[in-house]
This record gives sequence, structure tokens and C-alpha cells, in this order.
Amino acid sequence: MTLSNKQIQAIETAAHQVRVDVLRMVNAATCGHPGGPLGMADFMSTLFLEHFNLDPSTLHDPDRDRLILGNGHTCAGYYALLAYKGLISRDELMTFRKFGSRLQGHPHRNADMGIDFSTGSLGNSLSVATGMALGARLAGYENRIFSISSDGESQEGQIWEAATSAAHYRLGNLTVIVDFNNIQIDGVMRQVMDVRDLRAKYEAFGWHAMDVNGHDILAVHDALETAHNVTDRPSAIIAHTIIGKGVSFMENQSSWHGVAPNDEQLKLALAELG
Amino acid sequence: MPSTQTLAPLVNGGDIRKMATRDAYGATLLELGAERPDVVVLDADLSGSTKTKAFSKAYPERFFNQGVAEANMMGTAAGIATMGYTVFASSFAMFAAGKPWEQIRQSICVPELSVKICATHAGLTVGEDGKSHQMLEDIALMRVLPHMRVIVPADGVEAAQAVRAVAAAPGPFYVRLSRASTPVIFSEDYRFEIGKGSILREGSDVCLAACGVCVAPTLEAAELLAEQGIQARVVNFATIDPIDSTLVAESARQCGAIVTVEEHQIRGGLGDAVAQAVVRHHPVPMDLIGMDDAFGQSGTADELLVYYGISAPAIAQRAQALILRKA
Ligand SMILES: Cc1ncc(C[n+]2csc(CCOP(=O)(O)OP(=O)(O)O)c2C)c(N)n1
Repeated sequence: MTLSNKQIQAIETAAHQVRVDVLRMVNAATCGHPGGPLGMADFMSTLFLEHFNLDPSTLHDPDRDRLILGNGHTCAGYYALLAYKGLISRDELMTFRKFGSRLQGHPHRNADMGIDFSTGSLGNSLSVATGMALGARLAGYENRIFSISSDGESQEGQIWEAATSAAHYRLGNLTVIVDFNNIQIDGVMRQVMDVRDLRAKYEAFGWHAMDVNGHDILAVHDALETAHNVTDRPSAIIAHTIIGKGVSFMENQSSWHGVAPNDEQLKLALAELG
Repeated sequence: MPSTQTLAPLVNGGDIRKMATRDAYGATLLELGAERPDVVVLDADLSGSTKTKAFSKAYPERFFNQGVAEANMMGTAAGIATMGYTVFASSFAMFAAGKPWEQIRQSICVPELSVKICATHAGLTVGEDGKSHQMLEDIALMRVLPHMRVIVPADGVEAAQAVRAVAAAPGPFYVRLSRASTPVIFSEDYRFEIGKGSILREGSDVCLAACGVCVAPTLEAAELLAEQGIQARVVNFATIDPIDSTLVAESARQCGAIVTVEEHQIRGGLGDAVAQAVVRHHPVPMDLIGMDDAFGQSGTADELLVYYGISAPAIAQRAQALILRKA
């Protein structure tokens, strides 16, 4: 089912709020990672509003969907979406990365907030998601497991061990979404260590794989729906995104992977977002 | 009787001179690049943070970025070393020691290859990134390996010399470096030697043994104790493996009690290495300060050191309590 204009608008509103929150959070923390979450805001908002069924009413349901954020450094956007869906307060967002906060620099598993797994070390996520999908199937649940990954994380060998295994066990309940922005810490991914065509790779590993424009809400929605309908194997959605999307001076810059905007830069960025 | 090191004045005209040990590493690696055509450097998408970037710019043909693939990096480092090169491999300590441990064991330590793992962002002082990035088990993981020697420099001066020393010595090394800028302790005439501890302050009421960024607060703790009339010997054990057991035994004899201080799990770290030497050579009461079976959390480096009891006042307090247990 395609999205109504109203649904699209709601996703756009959420994505805008996520971008504003991310910039404020990272600025207040004086450290952290703004670029990734800005680039992922559109597909993550589509996922959280239309597919991933976590909300305060389902929080403790054993058979609700699960999500693991493999690129844990992008958690500012994840926390902002948890706030958007009412799992934490907007005020709490401003404690990000501070001593004593539940909003750790990288996600820490927390049942009360709906954080399903601890991450931060790249490469571990898809194995855990594979385990979640095996466990969910064993328990007879009809839920979905969403594993968020990145082009950088795809350089880790363990991702491809998990990709082999998930296809071997025909985990139709598993969807990986790869934030493919061609940027990592040391620069342009194609120059640092080219992972090449991830759609073709996942396909070769036995997955149903799709390339989408990660800023095209309808296309992301369609891909997530297709993934849901493919039940005989896991699905991979390669979301092509622009790191720093929405803030011109951050777009496509590896320098904004992990640096906080100062007050001046925050003002400029918020003015651009409107 | 071992002699006491002359230290850099901790306070220079009101300013403490500070430097991160990772910066000293980067600068020394650049010098080695010019002096030693056999030096090759690998990194895993963190060259700006680990400070190998300067080398990569100056000697691009001898630098190989591995991407985010640390296990592959360690195997590749081993392979390059078999061709007669001295290979430096860097990442954050979590990903340099934790993720590729088995590759380090099988491909680097078993064949005794000249791979120098220089790992930055070790310990609690990595700060806000939180527990996923606060490597508190690397000393344990590395010192348990045969042939692997483990160095934890206390400041920039010692780090620069340690990097030179491991480049000159054959075989595998693990050098633990930190992100945070910390006080420069040693004067430039200090001479680092692999396997030797150094006495930074004399005293015979208690011995405070520390490594890495914990040496500075330990010296401060000794000042606090002196105000109470307690004279502490302060020893810097920059080499954790092999531990300087002669100096451990001599300190145990002289002081009758030893407190160890590290930003690492007390199980398996410096405290453990010192305790093994103590029980073998001269048993005395000990206390071990560090992480006591816990993971860290987000916060500033200073907040975390205070919270986990690795601050000067906490060290002084634990030392006073230990002295009461002396025979
Ligand atoms: C195992 C591991 N190695 C290294 C790091 C350090 N690190 C954090 S993010 C990152 C780059 C990852 O690339 P990507 O996810 O594509 O980054 P982005 O698009 O958000 O810039 C690295 C190397 C890590 N977190 N985990």
C-alpha cells in the first residue's frame, strides 16, 4: 500500500524534528556524530512511523519488532526517534553523552526505552540480528527484525559471515538497511576501502536486495514493504544517502562524521533547516 | 639501589604542560618513516584519531588503510612482516586488542613477527563514547599472550621513546596509548628501557605503582600523603609485560605494602602483574585500584576517574588504609 499525503507529511515532519534534535543534542554534548543521523533521518523516520511497531503500548510485548543499530555512533537520531514516538521525553535528549545519562554515547540495551541491543563496535550487528530472527522464528512470532548498518560497517568480515548464515537459514523476518553514504572517518569510502556493489554482494549471498534513494520516502516505504513480502529469504535495502543531509556545509563531508557543531554553526544549521 | 628519576616540573609558570601519548606516537612514527625504510603502517579508518595520518601523508606507499576491518588488518600486518618489514598497526584499543585477539595470537604471536600494535583511546579516559569504546581489558588480553610485550607510557616523553624502542626490538609489542591530554611528567633526559620500571619519588611507608595516565594522579596522591606525614615511593611500570620483578621485590622489601593504580580491570592488569611478582618474590599486603569488575559509561574523563575511585584523594585514602595492614 502506498502512503497517503498525510502519512508522507507526518514522516517529513518527524525527519525535520530528528534533524533539529540531533544538531541540538550533539551541540549540547560538545561531541558526538551529527553527519550520519542527518543522512539517515528520512529512511529512519519512514521506518519508525510506518513499519517498526515499537511504541509505548507495544514496548513490553515479547513479539514486537526489534531493531539493532549497527552503526551505533549514529544514535543521536535513534534517540530522537524514540522521543518522537513517546518512549523517552524530549527533555532527556539534552542529557545525551553526559555522565549519568541513559542516552549513552553509543546505545546501551534498555528495556524501558525500547533499545533492543548495545552497539558501538562495528561489525557485530548483523550476527545479533540473525540470532534475533532465528529466536523469533523459533518462538513462533510474526515480527520483523530490522538491522541498521552502513557502508563502513560492511568492511567488517563478520557482516559477511552473518550474511551467509541469515541466507542459509532463510530468515525472511530479517531486513538489513545499509546507510550507504560513501563516507567514513578517513574520507571517501570508495578511496579508503571500496565495498563495491552491496546490492550485488547481498544478492550473491542469497538475499533479496534492493537499491533505493534513502531520501525518497515513498521509495524507502516501498522497499520496506517489499522486504516484508519476501518471506523465503532475508532482505537488504541499500539506502543511498547524503551524510549531513539538510545542512549544506555538512553534506558529503567526512569531517562532519564525528564533530559537534559549535553554537555559531548550530545557529546556521538550524536556520537552514527552517 | 635504583635511582630516582628527575621529573619535569609539573607546573611551569602556572601552566601544566600537557600532551596526549597518541600525539607523541604520531610524531615519532613520522620520524621513524624518514629513518627506517622498513617501517610500514596500517590503520583501520581511524588515522586522524590514532595519529598515523602524518605518516600516511609523508609515506603513502608504506601506508595501507584497511578500512573498518581490524581482524584483516592484523593478518595483513603479519603477512607484511614476513617480508622483512617492521609493521605498525593502529586502531582504538577496543578494536585493536579486543576484536582481532585470535588473529593476533595465531598470526602475530605464534610466529613471533615484528608487528607493533599501537592502540589509542585506551581506558576510561576515552570519555563520552562510553562503555563500547572504553577498553579496560586490553592489558589482560595482551599480557597473557606468549611473545607479546606490553608497554603503557605515562606521558608524551615516555611514549615517544617507547615507540622508538619497540621499533628497534624484534617481535610483537602492544603499546597502550590514550586520547586525553595528560601532564608531561618526565624531563627530556629521561631514558625509557623496555622491561624497566622507574622510581619517580622516594619513600618507604608505602609503594604506589602506576602506569599510563594514572601516573600523574598517583604522584598527586603521594603529595597528599606527604601532607599527612606519609612518605610514598612512586613507581612507574611502563612495561607491564615483562614486569620489572626486581623492582617490584625491592619496593615490597623497602615499603612493606604496595598499591597499584591503573585505568583497567584490576583482574589481569598492572595490579595482577605486580601481585604475581609480589607473591613470588616478597609477599606484602597489596591493594589494587582500577576498574573492579565493571564496564564504564559516558562522561568526561575526569568525572569517570573520580566516580570509579581513580583520583588522587581516593588513591591516598586507599594507601592509608593499606598501611594499617602492614606487618
Ligand atoms: C570495530 C570498530 N572499529 C572502528 C570503529 C570506529 N569507527 C566509528 S564510526 C567509523 C566509520 C564507520 O563508517 P560509517 O558507518 O559508514 O560512517 P558514517 O557514514 O556515519 O560516517 C569507525 C571506523 C568502531 N566504532 N568499531
